[in-house]
Amino acid sequence: MTRTSLIAEPGKQEVRVTHVFDAPRDLVFKVWTDPKHIPQWWGPKRLKTRVEKMDVKAGGLWRFVQRDQDGTEFAFHGVYHDIVSPERIVNTFEFEGVPGHVLLETSIFEALPGGKTRVTGSSIFQSVEDRDGMLSTGMEEGVQESEERFAELLTTL
Amino acid sequence: MVTIFEVLADPTRRRILDALRERPRSVGELVDQVRISQPLMSKHLRVLREVGLVHVRRDAQRRWYELHPDPLAEVDTWLASYRHLWEARLDRLNDYLKELQDEEEKHDQDEPYR
Repeated sequence: MTRTSLIAEPGKQEVRVTHVFDAPRDLVFKVWTDPKHIPQWWGPKRLKTRVEKMDVKAGGLWRFVQRDQDGTEFAFHGVYHDIVSPERIVNTFEFEGVPGHVLLETSIFEALPGGKTRVTGSSIFQSVEDRDGMLSTGMEEGVQESEERFAELLTTL
Repeated sequence: MVTIFEVLADPTRRRILDALRERPRSVGELVDQVRISQPLMSKHLRVLREVGLVHVRRDAQRRWYELHPDPLAEVDTWLASYRHLWEARLDRLNDYLKELQDEEEKHDQDEPYR
């Protein structure tokens, strides 16, 4: 099971996740915003991520490219809108494979007692359809089960 | 033009696809199984055919609707990179932070991660 909780309420445009890290906030924020650390954690493990652009300031652009074992590349890009070190980052996010579906992401970093950090990530989609299309679920039976069902559907490929 | 994502966002259309996973079916069978009216079923089938998820095979007097999952590859690509975007990111970040902190303990240097 994943250690991250994902919340996608029916009929909303948002996906929200939280995760508590056993690391101090300055370090978490540093790793989040330093291009040299990005390839070590950004995205699924089976893909190699390279940072093409990462200008962490309001109005700055970012572009990451992921490559799978067959050499197929998936690129993502966006603009940073708000950087409040070490508390908050607001940026847009777009997968170039499906252009025109832009998300607004907000990442909040909270210092917790004992040198831990809670990160709350929120992605707002342009429509409920966009979000549900991404999750491939109408949410009526819960995110998890629908995802499993959809995964099964994909295995019929 | 309707995208495959919009097509899949509709729960009724996903129920239709589920019904077709087992085997090709006629409109009548689909109406029975999914429990919507025939005109509505025809409308959904037309949309599913437009994006290429469903093909029609004519056999004597019947029309069989069958699942043609190739267009899902596009969705799969999207999902692989995207569905677990946050989870994948945060889980990996968790592991990476542990690594960094272990190294820090080992080397006991000043500001090892700057």
